[in-house]
Amino acid sequence: MMFLRVAWLVMRKDLTVEVRSREVLYTTAFFAVSCVLVFAFALVREGRPLEDAAAGILWIAIAFAGTLALGRTFERERHAETLRALMLAPASRPAIYVGKLLGILALLAAVEVVLVPLVGLLFHAAFLSRPVLMIALLVTGTGGFAAVGTLFAAMLVRARSRDVLLPVLLYPITIPVIIAGVRGTAALLQPVPDAEVARMWIALLAFFDIVFVTLSLWTFEPLMTE
Amino acid sequence: MRKSFVPVLVVAAAMFACAPVLIVGAPYEATMGLVQKIFYFHVPSAMVMFLSAFVCGIASAFYLFGRKAASDRLATAAGELTVVFGLIVLVTGPLWARKAWGVWWQWDARLTSALLLWMIFVAYLLVRKYGGPGSDKLAAAMALFGMANVPFVYVSVNIWRTIHPKTTVVPSLAPGMRGPFWFSVAAFLLLYAVMLASRVRLERQRAAVEELYLEAEEE
Repeated sequence: MMFLRVAWLVMRKDLTVEVRSREVLYTTAFFAVSCVLVFAFALVREGRPLEDAAAGILWIAIAFAGTLALGRTFERERHAETLRALMLAPASRPAIYVGKLLGILALLAAVEVVLVPLVGLLFHAAFLSRPVLMIALLVTGTGGFAAVGTLFAAMLVRARSRDVLLPVLLYPITIPVIIAGVRGTAALLQPVPDAEVARMWIALLAFFDIVFVTLSLWTFEPLMTE
Repeated sequence: MRKSFVPVLVVAAAMFACAPVLIVGAPYEATMGLVQKIFYFHVPSAMVMFLSAFVCGIASAFYLFGRKAASDRLATAAGELTVVFGLIVLVTGPLWARKAWGVWWQWDARLTSALLLWMIFVAYLLVRKYGGPGSDKLAAAMALFGMANVPFVYVSVNIWRTIHPKTTVVPSLAPGMRGPFWFSVAAFLLLYAVMLASRVRLERQRAAVEELYLEAEEE
Protein backbone atom coordinates (compact mmCIF):
# COMPACT_ATOMS: atom_id res chain seq x y z
CA MET A 1 0.00 0.00 0.00
CA MET A 2 2.95 2.25 0.74
CA PHE A 3 3.98 1.90 -2.90
CA LEU A 4 0.66 3.13 -4.23
CA ARG A 5 0.50 5.90 -1.67
CA VAL A 6 3.93 7.22 -2.64
CA ALA A 7 3.07 7.01 -6.33
CA TRP A 8 -0.18 8.86 -5.71
CA LEU A 9 1.56 11.57 -3.67
CA VAL A 10 4.23 12.13 -6.33
CA MET A 11 1.61 12.28 -9.06
CA ARG A 12 -0.53 14.66 -7.02
CA LYS A 13 2.47 16.90 -6.43
CA ASP A 14 3.25 17.04 -10.13
CA LEU A 15 -0.33 17.72 -11.13
CA THR A 16 -0.76 20.39 -8.44
CA VAL A 17 2.31 22.24 -9.69
CA GLU A 18 1.08 21.88 -13.25
CA VAL A 19 -2.46 23.03 -12.54
CA ARG A 20 -1.19 26.16 -10.84
CA SER A 21 0.90 27.37 -13.76
CA ARG A 22 -0.39 25.24 -16.65
CA GLU A 23 2.86 26.12 -18.38
CA VAL A 24 3.77 22.69 -19.70
CA LEU A 25 0.18 21.83 -20.63
CA TYR A 26 -0.45 24.95 -22.71
CA THR A 27 2.94 25.03 -24.39
CA THR A 28 2.89 21.31 -25.17
CA ALA A 29 -0.66 21.41 -26.49
CA PHE A 30 0.13 24.41 -28.65
CA PHE A 31 3.27 22.74 -29.92
CA ALA A 32 1.30 19.62 -30.83
CA VAL A 33 -1.21 21.74 -32.73
CA SER A 34 1.58 23.56 -34.59
CA CYS A 35 3.14 20.22 -35.42
CA VAL A 36 -0.13 19.00 -36.90
CA LEU A 37 -0.46 22.20 -38.92
CA VAL A 38 3.05 21.81 -40.33
CA PHE A 39 2.12 18.33 -41.49
CA ALA A 40 -1.18 19.60 -42.78
CA PHE A 41 0.60 22.06 -45.05
CA ALA A 42 3.24 19.53 -46.01
CA LEU A 43 0.96 16.63 -46.84
CA VAL A 44 -2.15 18.24 -48.28
CA ARG A 45 -2.52 18.42 -52.02
CA GLU A 46 -5.07 20.77 -53.64
CA GLY A 47 -6.95 21.22 -50.43
CA ARG A 48 -7.45 17.52 -49.86
CA PRO A 49 -5.46 15.61 -47.26
CA LEU A 50 -3.47 12.60 -48.37
CA GLU A 51 -5.17 9.36 -47.46
CA ASP A 52 -3.93 7.51 -44.42
CA ALA A 53 -2.02 10.63 -43.37
CA ALA A 54 -4.14 11.16 -40.27
CA ALA A 55 -2.92 8.12 -38.32
CA GLY A 56 0.75 8.89 -38.89
CA ILE A 57 0.38 12.58 -38.15
CA LEU A 58 -1.47 11.94 -34.92
CA TRP A 59 1.23 9.66 -33.57
CA ILE A 60 4.09 11.88 -34.75
CA ALA A 61 2.46 14.78 -32.93
CA ILE A 62 2.09 12.61 -29.80
CA ALA A 63 5.75 11.55 -30.00
CA PHE A 64 7.09 15.09 -30.48
CA ALA A 65 4.76 16.64 -27.91
CA GLY A 66 5.56 13.84 -25.50
CA THR A 67 9.30 14.41 -25.85
CA LEU A 68 8.79 18.11 -25.21
CA ALA A 69 6.55 17.50 -22.18
CA LEU A 70 9.09 15.08 -20.69
CA GLY A 71 11.93 17.52 -21.20
CA ARG A 72 10.02 20.43 -19.71
CA THR A 73 8.71 18.53 -16.71
CA PHE A 74 12.11 17.26 -15.69
CA GLU A 75 13.75 20.60 -16.46
CA ARG A 76 11.44 22.07 -13.86
CA GLU A 77 12.62 19.43 -11.39
CA ARG A 78 16.24 20.13 -12.19
CA HIS A 79 15.79 23.86 -11.84
CA ALA A 80 14.24 23.60 -8.40
CA GLU A 81 16.49 20.70 -7.41
CA THR A 82 13.45 18.81 -6.22
CA LEU A 83 14.67 15.57 -7.75
CA ARG A 84 17.34 15.35 -5.08
CA ALA A 85 14.68 15.93 -2.44
CA LEU A 86 12.65 13.10 -3.93
CA MET A 87 15.65 10.78 -3.88
CA LEU A 88 16.37 11.67 -0.26
CA ALA A 89 12.82 10.93 0.80
CA PRO A 90 12.27 7.53 2.46
CA ALA A 91 10.25 6.27 -0.47
CA SER A 92 10.94 3.33 -2.74
CA ARG A 93 12.41 4.47 -6.04
CA PRO A 94 10.07 2.40 -8.22
CA ALA A 95 7.14 4.12 -6.51
CA ILE A 96 8.60 7.51 -7.37
CA TYR A 97 9.01 6.35 -10.97
CA VAL A 98 5.38 5.22 -11.14
CA GLY A 99 4.22 8.53 -9.66
CA LYS A 100 6.18 10.50 -12.25
CA LEU A 101 4.91 8.24 -15.02
CA LEU A 102 1.28 8.77 -14.00
CA GLY A 103 1.82 12.53 -13.92
CA ILE A 104 3.24 12.50 -17.45
CA LEU A 105 0.39 10.27 -18.62
CA ALA A 106 -2.19 12.67 -17.22
CA LEU A 107 -0.48 15.55 -19.00
CA LEU A 108 -0.32 13.70 -22.31
CA ALA A 109 -3.95 12.60 -21.93
CA ALA A 110 -4.96 16.25 -21.62
CA VAL A 111 -2.97 17.07 -24.76
CA GLU A 112 -4.49 14.17 -26.69
CA VAL A 113 -8.03 15.26 -25.78
CA VAL A 114 -7.29 18.36 -27.85
CA LEU A 115 -5.15 16.67 -30.46
CA VAL A 116 -7.31 13.74 -31.59
CA PRO A 117 -10.42 15.75 -32.52
CA LEU A 118 -8.22 18.36 -34.22
CA VAL A 119 -6.46 15.80 -36.39
CA GLY A 120 -9.81 14.18 -37.12
CA LEU A 121 -11.18 17.55 -38.20
CA LEU A 122 -8.26 18.63 -40.36
CA PHE A 123 -7.73 15.29 -42.06
CA HIS A 124 -11.34 14.12 -42.32
CA ALA A 125 -10.55 11.07 -40.21
CA ALA A 126 -13.26 9.30 -38.26
CA PHE A 127 -11.36 8.71 -35.05
CA LEU A 128 -14.51 8.10 -33.08
CA SER A 129 -15.95 5.33 -35.25
CA ARG A 130 -14.73 2.72 -32.74
CA PRO A 131 -14.11 4.81 -29.61
CA VAL A 132 -13.26 2.00 -27.18
CA LEU A 133 -10.58 0.53 -29.44
CA MET A 134 -9.26 4.00 -30.26
CA ILE A 135 -8.92 4.87 -26.60
CA ALA A 136 -7.25 1.51 -25.91
CA LEU A 137 -4.73 2.24 -28.66
CA LEU A 138 -4.03 5.71 -27.32
CA VAL A 139 -3.67 4.51 -23.74
CA THR A 140 -1.35 1.58 -24.50
CA GLY A 141 0.65 3.54 -27.06
CA THR A 142 1.10 6.68 -24.99
CA GLY A 143 1.77 4.48 -21.96
CA GLY A 144 4.63 2.65 -23.65
CA PHE A 145 6.12 5.89 -24.92
CA ALA A 146 5.83 7.58 -21.53
CA ALA A 147 7.22 4.59 -19.64
CA VAL A 148 10.54 4.69 -21.47
CA GLY A 149 10.46 8.47 -21.71
CA THR A 150 10.07 9.00 -17.98
CA LEU A 151 13.01 6.70 -17.26
CA PHE A 152 15.30 8.38 -19.75
CA ALA A 153 14.23 11.93 -18.95
CA ALA A 154 14.83 11.29 -15.25
CA MET A 155 18.26 9.83 -15.81
CA LEU A 156 19.27 12.57 -18.24
CA VAL A 157 18.50 15.33 -15.72
CA ARG A 158 22.13 15.55 -14.67
CA ALA A 159 23.69 14.80 -18.05
CA ARG A 160 25.26 17.13 -20.55
CA SER A 161 23.47 17.72 -23.90
CA ARG A 162 20.31 16.45 -22.24
CA ASP A 163 17.97 18.23 -24.66
CA VAL A 164 19.28 16.48 -27.75
CA LEU A 165 20.07 13.19 -26.03
CA LEU A 166 16.48 12.58 -24.94
CA PRO A 167 15.15 12.16 -28.51
CA VAL A 168 18.37 10.37 -29.55
CA LEU A 169 17.87 7.77 -26.84
CA LEU A 170 14.11 7.66 -26.83
CA TYR A 171 13.12 7.29 -30.47
CA PRO A 172 14.96 4.08 -31.45
CA ILE A 173 13.34 2.32 -28.53
CA THR A 174 9.85 3.76 -28.89
CA ILE A 175 9.56 3.64 -32.69
CA PRO A 176 8.04 0.13 -32.49
CA VAL A 177 5.38 1.61 -30.18
CA ILE A 178 4.70 4.40 -32.67
CA ILE A 179 4.57 1.93 -35.55
CA ALA A 180 2.06 -0.22 -33.69
CA GLY A 181 0.01 2.86 -32.80
CA VAL A 182 -0.04 4.10 -36.38
CA ARG A 183 -0.95 0.71 -37.87
CA GLY A 184 -3.67 0.18 -35.31
CA THR A 185 -5.11 3.66 -35.86
CA ALA A 186 -4.93 3.25 -39.63
CA ALA A 187 -6.86 -0.02 -39.34
CA LEU A 188 -9.59 1.81 -37.43
CA LEU A 189 -9.73 4.67 -39.90
CA GLN A 190 -10.52 2.56 -42.91
CA PRO A 191 -14.00 2.92 -44.47
CA VAL A 192 -14.92 -0.28 -42.65
CA PRO A 193 -12.91 -0.23 -39.41
CA ASP A 194 -10.85 -3.40 -39.07
CA ALA A 195 -11.33 -4.24 -35.41
CA GLU A 196 -9.43 -7.54 -35.60
CA VAL A 197 -6.22 -5.93 -36.82
CA ALA A 198 -6.59 -3.09 -34.32
CA ARG A 199 -6.96 -5.60 -31.50
CA MET A 200 -3.80 -7.36 -32.63
CA TRP A 201 -1.85 -4.11 -32.49
CA ILE A 202 -3.33 -3.27 -29.10
CA ALA A 203 -2.15 -6.65 -27.81
CA LEU A 204 1.33 -5.96 -29.14
CA LEU A 205 1.32 -2.51 -27.52
CA ALA A 206 0.26 -4.06 -24.22
CA PHE A 207 3.20 -6.47 -24.51
CA PHE A 208 5.59 -3.57 -25.16
CA ASP A 209 4.12 -1.72 -22.17
CA ILE A 210 4.71 -4.66 -19.85
CA VAL A 211 8.30 -5.11 -21.04
CA PHE A 212 9.13 -1.40 -20.87
CA VAL A 213 7.55 -0.78 -17.47
CA THR A 214 9.24 -3.87 -16.02
CA LEU A 215 12.67 -2.86 -17.36
CA SER A 216 12.17 0.71 -16.17
CA LEU A 217 11.08 -0.29 -12.67
CA TRP A 218 14.09 -2.56 -12.46
CA THR A 219 16.67 -0.04 -13.61
CA PHE A 220 15.27 3.18 -12.09
CA GLU A 221 16.90 2.70 -8.71
CA PRO A 222 20.51 2.02 -9.81
CA LEU A 223 20.27 4.76 -12.41
CA MET A 224 19.13 7.46 -10.01
CA THR A 225 21.60 6.52 -7.30
CA GLU A 226 24.89 8.33 -7.54
CA MET B 1 48.00 -9.98 -23.38
CA ARG B 2 46.88 -13.52 -22.90
CA LYS B 3 49.02 -16.21 -24.49
CA SER B 4 46.09 -17.44 -26.55
CA PHE B 5 45.51 -14.11 -28.33
CA VAL B 6 48.01 -14.43 -31.18
CA PRO B 7 47.23 -18.09 -31.98
CA VAL B 8 43.50 -17.35 -32.07
CA LEU B 9 44.13 -14.32 -34.27
CA VAL B 10 46.21 -16.43 -36.66
CA VAL B 11 43.52 -19.12 -36.77
CA ALA B 12 40.80 -16.54 -37.43
CA ALA B 13 42.84 -14.96 -40.23
CA ALA B 14 43.52 -18.36 -41.75
CA MET B 15 39.83 -19.24 -41.61
CA PHE B 16 38.91 -16.02 -43.39
CA ALA B 17 41.54 -16.76 -46.01
CA CYS B 18 40.14 -20.27 -46.56
CA ALA B 19 36.50 -19.26 -46.47
CA PRO B 20 36.22 -18.04 -50.09
CA VAL B 21 37.51 -21.43 -51.29
CA LEU B 22 34.81 -23.24 -49.34
CA ILE B 23 32.13 -20.76 -50.36
CA VAL B 24 32.96 -21.17 -54.03
CA GLY B 25 32.68 -24.92 -53.61
CA ALA B 26 29.19 -24.69 -52.11
CA PRO B 27 26.25 -25.47 -54.38
CA TYR B 28 24.32 -22.68 -56.07
CA GLU B 29 20.92 -21.81 -54.67
CA ALA B 30 18.08 -22.54 -57.07
CA THR B 31 16.62 -19.09 -57.73
CA MET B 32 19.38 -16.63 -56.85
CA GLY B 33 22.53 -18.33 -58.06
CA LEU B 34 25.77 -16.56 -57.27
CA VAL B 35 24.13 -13.68 -55.41
CA GLN B 36 22.99 -16.00 -52.65
CA LYS B 37 26.60 -16.44 -51.52
CA ILE B 38 26.46 -13.12 -49.64
CA PHE B 39 24.51 -15.33 -47.20
CA TYR B 40 27.83 -16.70 -45.90
CA PHE B 41 28.76 -13.20 -44.71
CA HIS B 42 25.37 -11.69 -43.98
CA VAL B 43 24.00 -14.33 -41.60
CA PRO B 44 27.16 -14.90 -39.50
CA SER B 45 27.51 -11.11 -39.12
CA ALA B 46 23.91 -10.96 -37.93
CA MET B 47 24.53 -13.76 -35.45
CA VAL B 48 27.59 -11.94 -34.12
CA MET B 49 25.61 -8.69 -33.89
CA PHE B 50 22.96 -10.41 -31.75
CA LEU B 51 25.62 -12.07 -29.61
CA SER B 52 27.40 -8.76 -29.13
CA ALA B 53 24.14 -7.05 -28.17
CA PHE B 54 23.61 -9.71 -25.50
CA VAL B 55 27.18 -9.38 -24.22
CA CYS B 56 26.75 -5.61 -24.01
CA GLY B 57 23.38 -5.93 -22.29
CA ILE B 58 24.52 -8.48 -19.74
CA ALA B 59 27.74 -6.59 -19.00
CA SER B 60 25.67 -3.42 -18.61
CA ALA B 61 23.34 -5.17 -16.17
CA PHE B 62 26.36 -6.30 -14.15
CA TYR B 63 27.68 -2.75 -14.22
CA LEU B 64 24.39 -1.18 -13.15
CA PHE B 65 23.77 -3.60 -10.32
CA GLY B 66 27.33 -4.57 -9.40
CA ARG B 67 29.30 -1.40 -10.19
CA LYS B 68 32.32 -3.29 -11.50
CA ALA B 69 34.45 -1.15 -13.80
CA ALA B 70 35.50 -4.26 -15.72
CA SER B 71 31.87 -4.86 -16.69
CA ASP B 72 31.64 -1.31 -18.02
CA ARG B 73 34.75 -1.81 -20.14
CA LEU B 74 33.34 -5.03 -21.59
CA ALA B 75 30.06 -3.28 -22.29
CA THR B 76 31.80 -0.45 -24.16
CA ALA B 77 33.74 -2.88 -26.33
CA ALA B 78 30.69 -5.03 -27.05
CA GLY B 79 28.59 -1.95 -27.84
CA GLU B 80 31.10 -0.77 -30.42
CA LEU B 81 31.31 -4.21 -32.00
CA THR B 82 27.51 -4.44 -32.17
CA VAL B 83 27.54 -1.28 -34.26
CA VAL B 84 30.37 -2.59 -36.47
CA PHE B 85 28.83 -5.98 -37.19
CA GLY B 86 25.41 -4.40 -37.48
CA LEU B 87 26.83 -2.14 -40.16
CA ILE B 88 28.11 -5.19 -42.03
CA VAL B 89 24.63 -6.73 -41.84
CA LEU B 90 22.95 -3.52 -42.98
CA VAL B 91 25.31 -3.15 -45.96
CA THR B 92 25.41 -6.78 -47.14
CA GLY B 93 21.64 -7.07 -46.73
CA PRO B 94 20.64 -4.32 -49.18
CA LEU B 95 23.38 -5.41 -51.61
CA TRP B 96 21.74 -8.83 -51.65
CA ALA B 97 18.22 -7.43 -51.62
CA ARG B 98 18.79 -5.31 -54.69
CA LYS B 99 19.55 -8.44 -56.71
CA ALA B 100 17.15 -10.82 -55.02
CA TRP B 101 14.08 -8.65 -54.42
CA GLY B 102 14.67 -5.76 -56.81
CA VAL B 103 14.68 -3.13 -54.06
CA TRP B 104 17.48 -1.85 -51.83
CA TRP B 105 15.25 -1.65 -48.77
CA GLN B 106 11.78 -2.56 -47.62
CA TRP B 107 10.05 -1.44 -44.44
CA ASP B 108 9.10 -4.91 -43.29
CA ALA B 109 9.25 -6.13 -39.69
CA ARG B 110 12.71 -7.73 -39.82
CA LEU B 111 14.54 -4.92 -41.62
CA THR B 112 12.88 -2.18 -39.59
CA SER B 113 13.51 -3.86 -36.24
CA ALA B 114 17.12 -4.71 -37.17
CA LEU B 115 17.75 -1.10 -38.16
CA LEU B 116 16.23 0.09 -34.87
CA LEU B 117 18.41 -2.33 -32.90
CA TRP B 118 21.46 -0.94 -34.66
CA MET B 119 20.33 2.61 -33.94
CA ILE B 120 19.84 1.81 -30.26
CA PHE B 121 23.50 0.83 -30.07
CA VAL B 122 24.59 3.86 -32.07
CA ALA B 123 22.69 5.93 -29.49
CA TYR B 124 24.55 3.91 -26.83
CA LEU B 125 27.86 5.10 -28.29
CA LEU B 126 26.60 8.68 -28.64
CA VAL B 127 25.54 8.88 -25.04
CA ARG B 128 28.84 7.43 -23.87
CA LYS B 129 30.72 10.06 -25.83
CA TYR B 130 28.61 13.15 -25.32
CA GLY B 131 26.62 12.51 -22.17
CA GLY B 132 29.12 13.98 -19.76
CA PRO B 133 29.58 12.60 -16.25
CA GLY B 134 27.33 9.73 -15.35
CA SER B 135 26.87 8.78 -18.99
CA ASP B 136 28.19 5.28 -18.39
CA LYS B 137 25.08 4.42 -16.37
CA LEU B 138 22.74 6.03 -18.88
CA ALA B 139 24.39 4.02 -21.63
CA ALA B 140 24.05 0.86 -19.54
CA ALA B 141 20.27 1.38 -19.34
CA MET B 142 20.20 1.92 -23.09
CA ALA B 143 22.08 -1.35 -23.64
CA LEU B 144 19.54 -3.20 -21.50
CA PHE B 145 16.71 -2.00 -23.69
CA GLY B 146 18.78 -2.94 -26.73
CA MET B 147 19.29 -6.44 -25.41
CA ALA B 148 15.55 -6.78 -24.77
CA ASN B 149 15.04 -5.85 -28.41
CA VAL B 150 17.14 -8.71 -29.84
CA PRO B 151 14.63 -11.59 -29.40
CA PHE B 152 11.99 -9.36 -30.96
CA VAL B 153 14.16 -8.82 -34.05
CA TYR B 154 14.82 -12.54 -34.33
CA VAL B 155 11.19 -13.71 -34.19
CA SER B 156 9.85 -10.84 -36.28
CA VAL B 157 10.25 -12.85 -39.49
CA ASN B 158 8.33 -15.76 -38.05
CA ILE B 159 5.42 -13.73 -36.67
CA TRP B 160 4.87 -11.30 -39.53
CA ARG B 161 4.77 -11.89 -43.23
CA THR B 162 8.00 -10.28 -44.36
CA ILE B 163 10.01 -10.22 -47.55
CA HIS B 164 13.03 -11.37 -45.53
CA PRO B 165 13.54 -15.16 -45.32
CA LYS B 166 12.37 -16.93 -42.18
CA THR B 167 14.56 -18.43 -39.47
CA THR B 168 13.81 -21.93 -40.79
CA VAL B 169 16.33 -21.38 -43.57
CA VAL B 170 19.43 -22.14 -41.48
CA PRO B 171 18.26 -25.43 -39.93
CA SER B 172 17.15 -26.67 -43.35
CA LEU B 173 20.20 -25.77 -45.43
CA ALA B 174 21.21 -28.04 -48.29
CA PRO B 175 24.01 -30.44 -47.21
CA GLY B 176 26.61 -28.81 -49.46
CA MET B 177 25.94 -25.41 -47.91
CA ARG B 178 26.12 -26.47 -44.29
CA GLY B 179 29.90 -26.90 -44.19
CA PRO B 180 30.83 -23.47 -45.58
CA PHE B 181 28.09 -21.82 -43.54
CA TRP B 182 29.12 -23.13 -40.14
CA PHE B 183 32.76 -22.58 -41.08
CA SER B 184 31.92 -18.92 -41.76
CA VAL B 185 30.05 -18.72 -38.46
CA ALA B 186 33.08 -20.09 -36.62
CA ALA B 187 35.38 -17.65 -38.44
CA PHE B 188 33.17 -14.68 -37.54
CA LEU B 189 32.91 -15.81 -33.91
CA LEU B 190 36.68 -16.10 -33.64
CA LEU B 191 37.07 -12.67 -35.25
CA TYR B 192 34.59 -11.28 -32.74
CA ALA B 193 36.44 -12.86 -29.81
CA VAL B 194 39.74 -11.41 -31.01
CA MET B 195 38.30 -7.92 -31.59
CA LEU B 196 36.48 -7.95 -28.25
CA ALA B 197 39.58 -9.02 -26.32
CA SER B 198 41.66 -6.41 -28.09
CA ARG B 199 39.16 -3.61 -27.45
CA VAL B 200 38.69 -4.52 -23.78
CA ARG B 201 42.46 -4.47 -23.33
CA LEU B 202 42.62 -1.06 -24.97
CA GLU B 203 39.87 0.21 -22.68
CA ARG B 204 41.65 -1.17 -19.62
CA GLN B 205 44.85 0.61 -20.61
CA ARG B 206 42.97 3.85 -21.32
CA ALA B 207 41.40 3.71 -17.87
CA ALA B 208 44.82 3.05 -16.31
CA VAL B 209 46.33 6.04 -18.13
CA GLU B 210 43.45 8.24 -16.99
CA GLU B 211 44.01 7.16 -13.41
CA LEU B 212 47.68 7.99 -13.71
CA TYR B 213 46.81 11.44 -15.05
CA LEU B 214 44.51 12.06 -12.11
CA GLU B 215 47.16 10.94 -9.64
CA ALA B 216 49.73 13.18 -11.32
CA GLU B 217 47.35 16.16 -11.19
CA GLU B 218 46.72 15.66 -7.51
CA GLU B 219 50.38 16.06 -6.66
